[in-house]
Amino acid sequence: MSFHRITIRINGNLEQVDVPGNLTLLQMLRDKLGLTGTKNGCASGECGACTVILNGDAVNSCMVVAAECDGAEITTIEGLASSGDLDMVQKMILEEGGVQCGFCTPGILMSARALLNRNPHPTEFDIRDAISGNLCRCTGYNRIVTAISRAAEAESAAVK
Amino acid sequence: MVVAQNTRTNNPVGKSVARNDVLEKVTGGATYTDDIQFGPGLLHCRVKRSPHPHALIKKIDYSKALKLPGVKGVATGDDFPDLIGLYLKDRCFFARGKVRFVGEAVVGVVATTEEIAEAAVDLIDVEYELLTPVLDPEFGASPEAPLIHPDLGNYDHPNFIFPVANSNISNHFKIRKGDIEAAWTQCAAIVEHTFRIPHVQHVPIEPHVAVAKCEDNGQVTLWASTQSPFAQRALLAKALHIPESDFRVIAPLIGGGFGCKAGVTMEAIPVAMAMKYKGQPIKFRLTREEEFYTNFVRQGLVIKIKVGCDKEGNLLALQNRMYWDGGAYTEYGVNVTRAGGYSSTGPYDIPNVATDSICVYTNHPVGGAYRGFGMAELHTGVDQAMDMLAAKIGLDPVEFHKKNCVQGGDVLATGMVIHDVGIKECIEKVAQALDWEIKDKPSAPNKLRGKGVALAWKAPAMPPNAGSSALVKMNSDGTVTVSVGGQEIGQGTFTAMAQIAAEALGVPYENVKVSGPIDTRYSPYEWQTVASRLTWSMGNAVRNAALDARKKVLDVVAEAWGEDAKDLDIKDGYVISYKTEESVSIKDIVVYGLPKPNDGGWIGGPIVGAGSFMPSYVTGLDAETGQGNRAVVHYTTGAQGVEIEVDKETGRIEVLRAACAFDVGKAINPDMVRQQMEGGFIQGLSSALFEGCQLVDGVMRNPSFVDYRIATAADVPAEIDTFIIEHAQDDGPFGARGIGEHPLVPSIAAVAAALYDATGLRITNPPFSAEKVYLALLEAGLVE
Ligand code: FES
Ligand code: FES
Repeated sequence: MSFHRITIRINGNLEQVDVPGNLTLLQMLRDKLGLTGTKNGCASGECGACTVILNGDAVNSCMVVAAECDGAEITTIEGLASSGDLDMVQKMILEEGGVQCGFCTPGILMSARALLNRNPHPTEFDIRDAISGNLCRCTGYNRIVTAISRAAEAESAAVK
Repeated sequence: MVVAQNTRTNNPVGKSVARNDVLEKVTGGATYTDDIQFGPGLLHCRVKRSPHPHALIKKIDYSKALKLPGVKGVATGDDFPDLIGLYLKDRCFFARGKVRFVGEAVVGVVATTEEIAEAAVDLIDVEYELLTPVLDPEFGASPEAPLIHPDLGNYDHPNFIFPVANSNISNHFKIRKGDIEAAWTQCAAIVEHTFRIPHVQHVPIEPHVAVAKCEDNGQVTLWASTQSPFAQRALLAKALHIPESDFRVIAPLIGGGFGCKAGVTMEAIPVAMAMKYKGQPIKFRLTREEEFYTNFVRQGLVIKIKVGCDKEGNLLALQNRMYWDGGAYTEYGVNVTRAGGYSSTGPYDIPNVATDSICVYTNHPVGGAYRGFGMAELHTGVDQAMDMLAAKIGLDPVEFHKKNCVQGGDVLATGMVIHDVGIKECIEKVAQALDWEIKDKPSAPNKLRGKGVALAWKAPAMPPNAGSSALVKMNSDGTVTVSVGGQEIGQGTFTAMAQIAAEALGVPYENVKVSGPIDTRYSPYEWQTVASRLTWSMGNAVRNAALDARKKVLDVVAEAWGEDAKDLDIKDGYVISYKTEESVSIKDIVVYGLPKPNDGGWIGGPIVGAGSFMPSYVTGLDAETGQGNRAVVHYTTGAQGVEIEVDKETGRIEVLRAACAFDVGKAINPDMVRQQMEGGFIQGLSSALFEGCQLVDGVMRNPSFVDYRIATAADVPAEIDTFIIEHAQDDGPFGARGIGEHPLVPSIAAVAAALYDATGLRITNPPFSAEKVYLALLEAGLVE
């Protein structure tokens, strides 16, 4: 099997990893880097539990080949809170009670963060659309939608 | 409103304190089973499965698989001949002699990687001789059907399960109350209808995963995503002929279960492999495809209902014949059938009842526990029939429900007298929230609009003596550690237990920690995390343990201060004397004790409170009539309503708003109760609109998220009103009873009723997919 040496910036840190050609980004994160906050719910691009931010976009890491990530910038759930402070989407999902079993939560938070980064004033439709690839079986979604919308408001209030 | 952190919340019961399990869930720090690191020694397991619904195994050839580098070995049914099963012992770790459903495990392979194990599986050849499959429960129950378990008459089972030897009937539960034949003659209106409810899958976002290791000395450890660590210990240890104390189950957080991680599921496989290949941990995880087609399902149901009322609309008689498609084996199916039987009237007061609830072996996936445990399926039939009867006798459905719903003191179909229930208030709240009296116009000419309401009840379905226990350990920093054996599955039980302990002890909620993960070696016993029973049963155990600790603290202080314990209290973490107005922080007492007066030595010492709970009053039911003194511990009741629009051009149902109201006895944490109501309703709505296993000749044709669709954020109504009604449970902690399962019970029936209100059509076989609704509109001439 061929190995590739790739360099990535992950949660702000530069890392060099040797990955076999068939390894997915999800497998690399969980099995090679021990970043187990990113979850595997289907390994086939259908549930969103494995969502990370890759070069600014929310992607299903189970559908990305790790070897092709050379030079990429990746944020996982472990990198969402910076220097001990929770990110606004983390804070709001806690306040709104949008977490039950928590298995979908990392993926949802990464989708939400990517949305707010590219669209700081999303409509409710934009929010539902942005997380429609993130399945949650516990919460019924509405509290998550409210949390993301409140996070957007709080962040734009802080900018003003 | 959630109470802010960094506060001291005293008397937290009834307050929406922040959950204690969620911070690490938003940072990625929460540990689920698949996250545990086992190092390079970890082996992996994959399984060769049956492609046939019913066949004899003629020959298994795994010689090629064993030659593959990295393969450690294989196991088959002959390695583990003992029968296991939670109620009826009817299955082996791997198929023996015969396969009974598509996806049944035939050979297990252990290898150094998952990929090698999978490659080895492909190299195994199994020769089968096909048998005629049984694919319909009603046919399966008939004498013409081929026998799926010819040995049924010899299987071990408890005395409340009634299998019929030389048939496919694994349980037949009956109720005979009153004189049903005479009652039909009194009826002014009768509705008779058959409803077909499909198999559905639980679909937790975390697939099943388990790791097992057997030490050379025979001690086995199982790490599993499980709702039932203690039941697994008991069942697996027995099947493997090892002492329970040598079998340890460690159960980290669960990424959703909804019943599919209850009892023994796929964990038996890595445990079996570990027994054969000792010394290294062996991991087995289901792929999403396996999660869909090999795992326990909510079994399908054919329900034939005949129900009648007098001219005022008072219910007089119900005949209810249910054929449960129990599948190839019956981990929980037989008890779902029993629960469906004793609750078969739904929450209605009906004097004459004849019920036959029949669990039938078929060559379909195995029926398991699914949130609601038979009640959603039952209510889909019963509540639609009630809606039909209301229409037939000319009563508004809300009036009809209010007139006929159970009330405290009613004698139920089993002979049990029901406790005080607030279901009538639930109906009123829902009707009010939906402006029931007002008929809104459709939002567009191509839409039809309607409202529907349905009721729900459910009792914890469990053996009469399912118990709980708890420990409350006092720490020298003033905090309290609560140990329990019930699982945090996302419902918030660790939070509720901390609230109950804090309330009973007299300390702030924030000072109470609940220890996890559950570990059968260190955690106190809990039957299982199922049946919406933890708040009530484990809550009682925690309360008792906290009261025990409290008494020990007060006794020490009373002796040290020369006071009567009656004059002392614990408030905000301080022991106070009402008599002398002295006070002392508990942290100064609970580990190091207190000095006696005049340097006369010490009293007290580390304080641990212990408590347990087990209901003592549930009685057996007569095999022929279903009559008995008390069939169940209690019922949680409620109502749900929806307003919908149907798009005539597509058949698509849009739920505009919904209302849910349940009588929870006492809401320990009101916001968490609302979370259950919302999430449960959406899961129920998802099964009403989208879900069903497409089983064709025993093969599930839609084993993926693409083909088996569940509700997404784009599908759910933004407006869901929730109402908490509180008629205290006499033996619940602070009056509480459970609410975990109930909110999804009435959802399908509520949508069906709204669909009728909007279109005049009765569709009696969910899901109400756009295609099905469109075809029905077409057939009825409502669209061209
Ligand atoms: S695990 Fe990647 S989408 Fe499901
Ligand atoms: S919180 Fe359980 S899947 Fe979303």
